Amino acid sequence: MAKAAKFELTDDSVVVIVGTGAGGGVLANELAQKGVKVVALEAGGRYMPEDYVNDEWDSFGQLAWVDPRTTSGDWRVAKDFSGLPAWIVKAVGGTSIHWAGASLRFQDHEWKALTNYGAVEGASLLDWPIDGAEMAPWYDKAEAKLGVTGVGGRARLPGNNNFKVFEKGALAVGYKEVHTGNMAINSADYDDRMACQQTGFCFQGCKWGAKWSSAYTDIPRGEATGNLEVRDHAHVARILHDDSGKVTGVEYFDKDGNLQMQKARIVAVAGNSFESPRLLLNSHSSMFPDGLANRSGQVGRNYMRHTTGSVYATFEQPVKMWRGTTMAGIIRDEARHDPSRGFVGGYELETLSLGLPFMAAFLDPGAWGREFTTALDSYENMAGMWIVGEDMPQADNRVTLSDTADKFGLKVANVNFSDHPNDIAMRDHAYARGQAIYKAVGATRTLPTPPYPSTHNLGTNRMSDRPEDGVVNKHGQSHDIANLFVSDGSQFTTGAAENPTLTIVALAIRQADHIAREMAAGNV
Amino acid sequence: MSQLRKQGLTRRALLSRAVAAGALAVAGPGFIAAPDAAWAVEVTAISEHEMATLLQMARDIYPHDRVGDRHYAVAVKSYDMDDQKQMVAEGIAALDAAAKEAGFDNYLAAGWEADRVAILRGIEDTPFFQTVRGGLVTGLYNQKEVWPIFGYEGESFSQGGYIARGFDDIDWL
Repeated sequence: MAKAAKFELTDDSVVVIVGTGAGGGVLANELAQKGVKVVALEAGGRYMPEDYVNDEWDSFGQLAWVDPRTTSGDWRVAKDFSGLPAWIVKAVGGTSIHWAGASLRFQDHEWKALTNYGAVEGASLLDWPIDGAEMAPWYDKAEAKLGVTGVGGRARLPGNNNFKVFEKGALAVGYKEVHTGNMAINSADYDDRMACQQTGFCFQGCKWGAKWSSAYTDIPRGEATGNLEVRDHAHVARILHDDSGKVTGVEYFDKDGNLQMQKARIVAVAGNSFESPRLLLNSHSSMFPDGLANRSGQVGRNYMRHTTGSVYATFEQPVKMWRGTTMAGIIRDEARHDPSRGFVGGYELETLSLGLPFMAAFLDPGAWGREFTTALDSYENMAGMWIVGEDMPQADNRVTLSDTADKFGLKVANVNFSDHPNDIAMRDHAYARGQAIYKAVGATRTLPTPPYPSTHNLGTNRMSDRPEDGVVNKHGQSHDIANLFVSDGSQFTTGAAENPTLTIVALAIRQADHIAREMAAGNV
Repeated sequence: MSQLRKQGLTRRALLSRAVAAGALAVAGPGFIAAPDAAWAVEVTAISEHEMATLLQMARDIYPHDRVGDRHYAVAVKSYDMDDQKQMVAEGIAALDAAAKEAGFDNYLAAGWEADRVAILRGIEDTPFFQTVRGGLVTGLYNQKEVWPIFGYEGESFSQGGYIARGFDDIDWL
């Protein structure tokens, strides 16, 4: 491998990317491959597969973002996990280390939610300024990069015990589209990554490297070009701008806690949907008193987290759901938009398992006594699935700056969230369907489990055609500041029913193309 | 089990020194132990009665009939610290007072789980209860020693995963 680049703090020709996950990590590599010089700043440390720990709490201590955040709103997470609104990663590679690997394209109608669902009271639905046809070639590239199974001639993964229970129940209640998914987990060796060994612990980082993560693919490949420098333990405090309103660099705290200033030609923000708006808001100035890219007042608004929940069920005999791929299969029949069910949008059902320690923490947070413990007594005989559906964007579900400060004295994100009635109707429908699926294969007890701290965090810097409706344009470029980009899931206009990573990656590949073209043209 | 002393007290010595503290454990000066002396926990900062009560409380919050007392003892052992002493003393005193109101001498004197659970329901919103309950979530369930009781196998990477060891071996569907 070529020696990774080192750029001067005063080098104002570089693109600075804040965050190195599915959005920032891919953007960094894609730009580096095109010859663009990149400095990627990552708040967390660097861990490779040999460092990952297959123990739920130990891994959480190693990888999770546990810096302070505050919460409000009527969501149960604000009560049970008030300082932990999200279960996401602080490390080089970001949450692409933790994700389960489900890689689904949006359905065509989901790009135009307002048009296809109509106005929904209390929701701020909007059409994306792009559509399925525009994104198709970028999805092709993203699927090839990630090695997604079930497309591109790549075989699907074999089904584990948890999937077999799920599949049999699904077919018994009449579902048709049931399979082991489109996963960024190798079913056979691919792209220098080995095949899945059915080890479990997908959420704790894949020790085989069978699951795609930018940590051990895009990041080192970008570094190998000599065009990418990754600085870990670099916590960005503020984005700076000049009198013309163009951004000129960032201030960050380095690993020793010293404040540094890195100049930049372009800044791309990819810190996930809490940190990205937080950074824009914390970058307020006399010229931009409400924060950068926020003339619309939209920064931080329309936070979406997918309508989630889980259904676990116990059976007479063992399932051992923890064996093998964590997200081992999917039912897609409910993903359609069919308002006759009492809600707009749709949802996916995907198998899920937690180890005993996390099951105890998340099955029914705060619960105690025999109703709770007898469920855990049947842990070995449990199967599980996760609900992931489109939730409604709402203007007041938003990230704002809290009165609490972090160790650097920077105001932290407050995350306010309350379910929309459509979200509740969808979740109730999904709970009922999930329970029916397991009862159809002899469940002795079903457990409709509340949402965990969010893993799909979307929409707080949303993409819009008109500047007054959102924060960025169809390329993730700020409406207000031409050389400021957003490159993560916070640019999602609406959430769709699908796990977001594939779309984040496809958008990042497309954005790299746009940035390189605009740089070459001298437009940014 | 590092926090527990597998100590050399003989059963006879134990029983001769001990004062019965409820159905569960035996408390003597400076320790509480299983009635058959299979395990014992030393107490230094808090009283034997307080430790025995914490242990019973832990069982009543997360009762698993196949999980032995020693695992619950490990989970509450960390309350035997000077900086926990006051919180424990006040919490147990309040619990015993609630038990008295319900007609028992103290919490441990309530012989049926249902009676103790009713007492706990009355204090479940207190910081003391929530601290003990919250601590148990990791203190009990993150003990690798209890995982096999639930059938949970923990990590499999060191054995090459389950690709050749039964990831799809379900045979009853």
